This record gives sequence, structure tokens and C-alpha cells, in this order.
Amino acid sequence: MPIHELKFGLKFGKLAARVLVVLLLGGFLGATLARFAPGYGVDEEELDSRLSKESIQALRQANAGQDSLPVFYGRYLIRLLRGDLGDSRTLGEPVRQLLAERLPETLQTVGLGLALGWTLGLTLALAAVLSRALAVDLAASLLASLLLCIPAAVMALLFVIAQAPGRLVVGLIVFPKVFHYARNLLAESASLPHVLTARAKGAGGLRVLLRHILPVAAPQLLALAGVSVSMAFAAAIPVEAVCDLPGIGQLAWKAALGRDLSLLVNLTMIVTLVTALANSAAELAAQPYRGGSA
Amino acid sequence: MKWVRWAAIFFLLGVATACLLAGFIAPASYAHQFRDLPDAAPSSQHPLGTDDLGRDRFSRLLYGTRVSLLLAPAAALLSSLLAAVIGGAAGFAGGRLQVCVTAAIDLFLSLPWLFLLIAVRALMPLNVSPLASVAITFALLGCLGWAAAARVICADAAKLADSDAVLLARATGSGGFRLLWRHIVPNLKPVLSAQFWISVPVFILTEANLGVLGLGVAEPLPSWGSLLRELEGFSTLSAQPWQFAPLILLIVTVSCFHLAMQKREDWA
Repeated sequence: MPIHELKFGLKFGKLAARVLVVLLLGGFLGATLARFAPGYGVDEEELDSRLSKESIQALRQANAGQDSLPVFYGRYLIRLLRGDLGDSRTLGEPVRQLLAERLPETLQTVGLGLALGWTLGLTLALAAVLSRALAVDLAASLLASLLLCIPAAVMALLFVIAQAPGRLVVGLIVFPKVFHYARNLLAESASLPHVLTARAKGAGGLRVLLRHILPVAAPQLLALAGVSVSMAFAAAIPVEAVCDLPGIGQLAWKAALGRDLSLLVNLTMIVTLVTALANSAAELAAQPYRGGSA
Repeated sequence: MKWVRWAAIFFLLGVATACLLAGFIAPASYAHQFRDLPDAAPSSQHPLGTDDLGRDRFSRLLYGTRVSLLLAPAAALLSSLLAAVIGGAAGFAGGRLQVCVTAAIDLFLSLPWLFLLIAVRALMPLNVSPLASVAITFALLGCLGWAAAARVICADAAKLADSDAVLLARATGSGGFRLLWRHIVPNLKPVLSAQFWISVPVFILTEANLGVLGLGVAEPLPSWGSLLRELEGFSTLSAQPWQFAPLILLIVTVSCFHLAMQKREDWA
């Protein structure tokens, strides 16, 4: 087997192991935080003023005796291996079914958001760097800075008020981060000596961009692409909750309001898996460029 | 652009002073209900009108700004301290500890922390007092937001531990705590400070998101998040544009934080 294939295989194995560890830790951390939160085992029924102290105590004991952390997590992992994600306490439906119904909606929202954010961010970053026009740079920077200062939930509310499609909000949350990072990175790459030499030798703008600037910036841009998936999923929670989009972001919000531990841990695991896979894919995609630059 | 930075700093100082003096400036308490004046328009008595419960919006904005502006830096301080202890110790010690801590940071950064945050925030006791809810919300932000800063600090501490100055100090007999306290920590101060100032607007925005979702500070205590929740009554907004005041103040304040720390970002 050629050495580069062996190296790729090793890298792939390492990343797969990392995804597995992140996934297990994600679920464990979610379960740990939830299990040791001061309100764990406290039920809404406790707010019923008709209940006596003894009844509340009995309710607490019943809830506290449900499971310890290792038991809870161990049982969860065993069920997970059998493909059983448990039932949602608040919605009364199997978590697997809820995920099957809602995950495509979120993937659509996140996918559209990422496409919009990256198209807008990268286009404006390229325009600012290649044109070297202060007006373009300033206008794009101001827009990005303004969007960076608005919380995702508020932006979603503004879209609801304006009766605009809420899915676009995810793109506007991703855009400023992509723009700022890509602009700095591309500006740095464009000022490297070999790029200046290529320009001095008369290479055209497109050729300089494709052959000399982008290959240098590619590993970091791909790493940003991996991270932006996590950003988009985080933005999906407030956006779906406010814009009433039936995805897993809205589900997480409902589960949080309904204190549905089983559903929240599952959602955390799913999103952890998706973000870990995205980061690993970005790292693998960046591998040839790193090799080339080294 | 130095004047822009100074203007931003003066604006932030002005806002901080106004919210600290809220007890003197505000026309009423944030929880006081003028029951005969619900949803009132701005007047000399209520500069931003009243909300649907008849509470003075200007007073709530001042007190809400106080909550967000005081506690976001407190959360940033907590996360910076955690980052300094974890990242600094790992970078200084090097070897296996650094490898383990870096791996832990990478793993932590891979986790969807907003999901974790809402999960834990949702599992707080139902009958928690408003003050406790504020403390819990911002403590959670501080505890979950340390990883990115720790990575930067770990890398810087490792670089410092290999620097000529530290090697010289080692050669002259300095070691252990003295080396850390006299040579590493003072040189990490600019990075720590930058990480602190970068975290403040992030935590302000996160609290605002949680507040709009109803998972932030408990009523009747106001915060920017809970004040922005009023925007949900969007059908009446065309007649009440002053409801946007908290949003405008939030945007301007966060922009000022970004402008004020521009120089510090270079350190980070």
C-alpha cells in the first residue's frame, strides 16, 4: 500500500476514534450536567399549592430514586446500541420518531444558512481583498459588524415582524464570522511574497486567486467550514423556536421548557455527532493542502 | 480611528454610570406596576412608556442594563480565570499534561455548548428567585465558555515557558511557583485581558438569546434578554416604535465593546 494511502487511512482512523470519543463524552457531559443541576428531579407538580409538604417530599423521593448518573448513562448507551433512544416525557412520543420527523427540517435550515452565509461572506471577503477598494471593505465590514451585534433570537423576531423567511437568519448569523475570518486570511495570503511575484510577472487576478491565494488559505478556510456547522446548529435553536420551524432546534427549546432530560441528552448527542463529523470531514479535506504547503 | 475607540469607551462608561445610578435616575422601581397605565405611550413621567403590566420601560431598561452589563463581565471573569488556570498550568507544565488538556479543550469545543447551556438552564429549580436565576445564568455562561480562551492561553504559556527569558530565569535558580508568578503570569496578562474583553459581548448576546427564549433571568427582574422578549408582540410595534429602545441600546453597546477592544483583539 502506498505511504500516502497508509497515512490517510491512519488519519481517518484517528478521526473516527475522535468522533466516537466526542460523541460518548457529549452524551456523558450532557447527562452529568443535567443530573447534577440543582433542579434535577424537581417536577412541575411541586408547584401545585394543594400538595402538602409530605406529598412534595414523596414526589422528590420518587424522582430522586429514578436513577443515578452511571445507571442512567449506562442504560442509555445499552438502549442506544439497540437503536432505542427512549421516549420524550413531555411530548409522549419515541425520541427516534421525533428526530426522524424534525431532523430533515433542521438540516434544510442549517444547509441553507451555511450556503447563504458562506456565499455572502466569501464573496464580500474576496471583493474586499481583490478590489482593494476602501469603500467595499468598509461597507462589508460595517454590515458584518452590525450583524455580529444582533442576537440570533432577536434577528429571528425581526424577520417574523418583516414576514421574511426565518431560515435566512442562520445565514446572517454565519456570514459575519465567515467574512471577518476569510477577509483577514485572504488579505494575509494576498500579501505573501510569492503572490506579489506572480502579480509582478503579470499573472491575471483570477489566476493569482485560484493558483496562489486560495491554496494557501484553504486549510484554515476548511477548518472554519467545520466550525461554522456548529455555529449554524447553535443559531438554529432560537431561529426555529421564534420562527416556529418544526426542527430539532425548536424541539430542544420545547424540551428545555418541559425539562425533558431524555430528549435533551439525545439532541445533544445528535448535534455533537453532526458537528464532530463536520469538523473531521473539514480536517480530512484540508489534509492535501497541508501536505502541499509543508 | 483612535477617536472612534475613545468615543466607544466614553459611551460604555456613560451607560455603566447611568445603570449604576439607576436608583436615582429611574422614575420608578423596575417591578412597580402603574395599573391604570398599561401600554402607555412615552410621556414626561414615563420616557419610554409602560409595558403591558404598566411597568415603566425606561426604569426597566436601566435596571436591565445594570444586570447585563455587570454580570456579563463577571461571567467573562470566571471563564477567563478558568481558562488561565487550566490553559496556563497545562502550557507551563508541558508534556503529557499539555497533550491531555489540549485534547480535552478540543473535545469541549466540539460540543454544542448552547444545547448544553439550555439543557442545564432548563433544569434549574422551578421556584428559583430572580436573583438566583441571574447568578445561575451567568455562572453557567462562565463555566461553559472557558475552552476557546484556554486554548489560546495554553499555546501562549507553552511559548513563554520555552522563551529565553524563562530559560535564563530557570538557569539562575528560579523555579516552580516563583517562575510561574514572576515570569509567566505577567506576560500572559495582555492575552488574558484580551480574552476577557472578547468574552463580554459574547456573553451579553448569549444571555439575550436565552432571555428571548424564556430561559434567562426570571421575572420580574429585567435583563436585556427579557426586555427584548417584548418584541414578540410585534403586531403592535408599528404603533410603538419605542419598544425597540433595548435592541438599539444592545446593538450600540455591543458595537462599542467591539470597537473598544479592537487593539486587544490583536493580542488574542
